[in-house]
Amino acid sequence: MHIYLPIAGLSVNMLVIVLLGGGVGILSGMFGVGGGFLTTPLLIFYGIPPAVAVASSATQITGASVSGVLAQMRRGGVDFRMGGVMVAGGVIGSGLGALLFRLLQKLGQIDTVIALTYVVLLGGIGTLMARESLGTILAQRRGGKPARKQRRHNRLIAMLPFRWRFYRSGLYISPLAPFLLGTMTGALTVVLGVGGGFVMVPAMVYLLGMAAGVVVGTSLFQILFVTAATTMIHATTTQAVDIVLAILLLIGSAIGAQIGSRFAMKLKPEYLRLLLALLVLAVALRMAAGLTWQPGELYSVEAG
Amino acid sequence: MKRELAALASLLCLGAAKPVLVPDVSERQVQIVYSFTGADLLLFGAILYPQGRAPDRPPDIAVVLKGPTESILLREKQKVAGMWVNADSARFRSAPSFYAIASSRPLAQLVDARTAAIYELGLDGLQLSPTSNALPEQQQRFEQGLIDLKRRAGLYVEDAHGVEITDGVLYRAHINVPARVPVGRYVAETFLIQDGKVVAGAVRAVRIDKSGFERFVSHAAHRWPVSYGLVAVALSLAIGWAAGQFFRRG
Repeated sequence: MHIYLPIAGLSVNMLVIVLLGGGVGILSGMFGVGGGFLTTPLLIFYGIPPAVAVASSATQITGASVSGVLAQMRRGGVDFRMGGVMVAGGVIGSGLGALLFRLLQKLGQIDTVIALTYVVLLGGIGTLMARESLGTILAQRRGGKPARKQRRHNRLIAMLPFRWRFYRSGLYISPLAPFLLGTMTGALTVVLGVGGGFVMVPAMVYLLGMAAGVVVGTSLFQILFVTAATTMIHATTTQAVDIVLAILLLIGSAIGAQIGSRFAMKLKPEYLRLLLALLVLAVALRMAAGLTWQPGELYSVEAG
Repeated sequence: MKRELAALASLLCLGAAKPVLVPDVSERQVQIVYSFTGADLLLFGAILYPQGRAPDRPPDIAVVLKGPTESILLREKQKVAGMWVNADSARFRSAPSFYAIASSRPLAQLVDARTAAIYELGLDGLQLSPTSNALPEQQQRFEQGLIDLKRRAGLYVEDAHGVEITDGVLYRAHINVPARVPVGRYVAETFLIQDGKVVAGAVRAVRIDKSGFERFVSHAAHRWPVSYGLVAVALSLAIGWAAGQFFRRG
């Protein structure tokens, strides 16, 4: 069943898009990640123009994170002070990201930069996660307790001035650190069409040292607002937000997430993390292959 | 004065002695709605001969459907440090966004390169108006690259046997318009070709436009970007929230 996407300007199979959203939804329900890092590349492989894929996927993530944020708020899993600082950083970051996006577009290097950033980010995080989860699994097999060396405070972050108290996170640190973290993920959201949870959650745990109970909720809270801001930025600058595409994806992912969260209860968390790591690495490899193999099309057209 | 009149008269007579084309298109207005997956246009018409006599040797017909021309930047990927990245580029002032030609015989048998270029008959005859001051062979490479790219996207089409002529008088050709076409004013041109010369031509306009909801959405996105963005966010929030509620209860 085909449907014409008014902004992308092409006709797609509705079922494919809903299933794509559903598949990503299952994974995001299983692993508790937004899944933008999968949606955007998959849409581009399917033939959606990159700018439309990036912008519409940000819109979809807003919808996909609402119910998560509400659920986390009910159980007190959101540090609003921390989240507010990150949102402020994120909004500024998405503005900077938009400038960067336009500059790279003008230079004709936006596609390469998107692909390279995916390879570096996903490759790095995937490797870290794979090592960590494998270590845990092996340690458990041997019967010992997993080796955990975690520093409570990062020295660089402790050096930053103007400390604030973040009660729910159990931290007394400078707001500059979460602000900068928010800025970085905001820029990633605009350029890559990802929520940035897969960067933010590890950074919140390992760099900031936030209390584990509020990490996911606060990161979702930030993602909700920053993706909404990103939609606004794309709507007013690139005009590439395709409402129809975003809604189709959202319908799929809302259903998929429910199925995924049921799967997740049946698997041990360290195996889940290993699976997610492998998935992330697979996307990184596919992106790297796309960069290094000779592409089918050497030419690309843009208005000008 | 007298001589000029005589020349004019002979010109008129000559004009009258030439065949005339009466073309038409199955749809003057193509509407892009939600279910649009492309359109199949029938370009047809009649050849009116002077004194109603068809010549012994049947003439040939070429039918062209051309989309609005646009100024484009074509980028070419090259391998740099093991990666394929955009390196060289060329600008074309007047690349048609869509170009389909159907003819009754292969174009190479109908006209020579010069005539093809004058009437823009065939993909090799397109006047793309490159603006860069690159070397000719580089220019050639980029033009070929553009034509190749558009051809694979189904936006440039050449059908050497696409025109069917009945009794030397009626002609018809199907041209397939893919879903990816840009909107705008298209022209359907018909050429009557005899002995390597274009002896008659006629033009019809075809409008391809988004309509209904599709038109409204793309119009809103460009005309009221802030409201469009707000509505997108609100819709996304509402659907996400509704789905959450639904599954929480269920």
